Amino acid sequence: MIHTLSLSDARDGLNSKDFSSVDLAKACFEQIKSHDDKLNAILTLSEKEALHQAEEADKRIANGEESPLLGIPIALKDLFLTKGIRTTAGSNVLENYIAQYDGTAVQRLKEAGAVILGKTNLDAWAHGSSGENSDFGPTKNPYNLEHIPGGSSSGSSVSVTTDMAFAASGTDTGGSIRLPASFCNVVGLKPTYGRVSRYGVIAMSSSLDSIGHFTKTVRDNAMYLQVTAGRDPKDSTTPNKDVPDYQKKLGKGVKGLKIGVPKEYFIEGLDPNIRIQIEDALKFYEKQGAEIIDVSLPHTEYAIEVYYIVQTAEVSSNLARYDGIRYGYERSHFGDEAKRRIMLGTYVLSAGYYDAYYKKAMKVRTLLIKDFQEVFKTIDVLITPASPSMPWKLGERTDDPLKMYLSDIFTVHANLVGVPGLSVPAGFKGGLPIGMQILGPHFSEDLLYQVAQAYEMEHPWWKKKPDLGNST
Amino acid sequence: MNINVKHIAKLANLPLRDGEEEKFERQLSEVLSYVNRLDKLNTDNVPETSQSTGLENVTREDKTEKSLTQDEALSNALKTHNGMFIVPGILQD
Repeated sequence: MIHTLSLSDARDGLNSKDFSSVDLAKACFEQIKSHDDKLNAILTLSEKEALHQAEEADKRIANGEESPLLGIPIALKDLFLTKGIRTTAGSNVLENYIAQYDGTAVQRLKEAGAVILGKTNLDAWAHGSSGENSDFGPTKNPYNLEHIPGGSSSGSSVSVTTDMAFAASGTDTGGSIRLPASFCNVVGLKPTYGRVSRYGVIAMSSSLDSIGHFTKTVRDNAMYLQVTAGRDPKDSTTPNKDVPDYQKKLGKGVKGLKIGVPKEYFIEGLDPNIRIQIEDALKFYEKQGAEIIDVSLPHTEYAIEVYYIVQTAEVSSNLARYDGIRYGYERSHFGDEAKRRIMLGTYVLSAGYYDAYYKKAMKVRTLLIKDFQEVFKTIDVLITPASPSMPWKLGERTDDPLKMYLSDIFTVHANLVGVPGLSVPAGFKGGLPIGMQILGPHFSEDLLYQVAQAYEMEHPWWKKKPDLGNST
Repeated sequence: MNINVKHIAKLANLPLRDGEEEKFERQLSEVLSYVNRLDKLNTDNVPETSQSTGLENVTREDKTEKSLTQDEALSNALKTHNGMFIVPGILQD
């Protein structure tokens, strides 16, 4: 049962030689082989390479080396380029693409001694809120196989909650980490824009893409970011800014902190069960000595419109490179959702419409940024639900793109403004998980961890595991 | 709100299958009418956002470094010839 440990407990066990990295990797592969047939979280396994990496990690551990991810088995969303290993973006276009180099985040994870088990399923090109848009079949929610796990980083989220991996990388352009994290009872971070290098991660929407990850606990999440964060000359949006010790503020509690509650997030369409859980969490924080303050982000209602203009415009530009010449198949292999976004983006950028759509959206984006700047003058963090609705049933929204797009209504805001957001498990309703979103100013990831961990210590929801049965 | 799907697909170099034009026209028009709500907002004198964390003019030293070998660069191409990519012709006889 060593695969069920948290990442930080697994690190302790490696240090005290209770088990080896090879033991951990084998336990994860065993778990994957027993259960992934029904979940479809993994697209490609790299077993041979992983066992080799685990052996190397065991040597480093034997030499007394310590680092946050040394010897820890992880999985990567199949949007991260991995040298010599198939990288599909969840799309038939790249079905046979073998990456020629490692992305910067992958390189850092490897250097830190993490063991890469394989590549996880996703909505093709990271386009989706449910995990159903993968050209290789939908991923299922392990808490109820008839429900969606959230997307687009569906397989990464599911692999962590089912103990197939101790942590997994994902990407978040409009909620693709926070939504599946909230639907699968795991901790998911969308870091500040530029905190983690995007180099070697297949681009979706370049002004919004953030490289983050899923873990079982808040501490685990901080340990992972310690490895991936920092300046990369190959991505000019990564600033020359110090990477703090992300575990330093853990355990400090929330006494004296000002927590803002934006009224625009507690709207009529919010599922009452989610509202109850978030309000419970706010009461808890108040008891712990935080000050709960009602605030307003007045332009919130426009965030989703701005997002679907900016994002599709950038998607149409980024996906223009897939022409079947240098890699992949030609453009008839794109699925429906990629086609919709390419066309929407092409439309809003086309002659005669650019000013009305794209330019207008970039102006409203400025107003959204100002809303946040104003609020963070007086409060420390914001707390909101991660999703307005519970994980819905497979197929329920697939024929209605607009309804699917509105699933991101609470998450796109952070991407447009560039601030970090953390989704933390906040309870269950009807056997399905609920997530709480904590937002902070640019580069305040350490503060988000501090606030999240104070809640997690008294509410260890992460320990409530899905019932997977004995085997497939 | 109407969108000429055939024209847009041509601009985006996207081949469409039978029946897709009508389906996408319906779906995309619905999304476009929704995003049109932005018209309500007055944005005179509001500058456009160009970068969300405030970076400006990021430069690097102009020096070369190791890149992919020719073989690596060609390794995923479906069609190659004498160490080069084969591309569709753009000039007709």
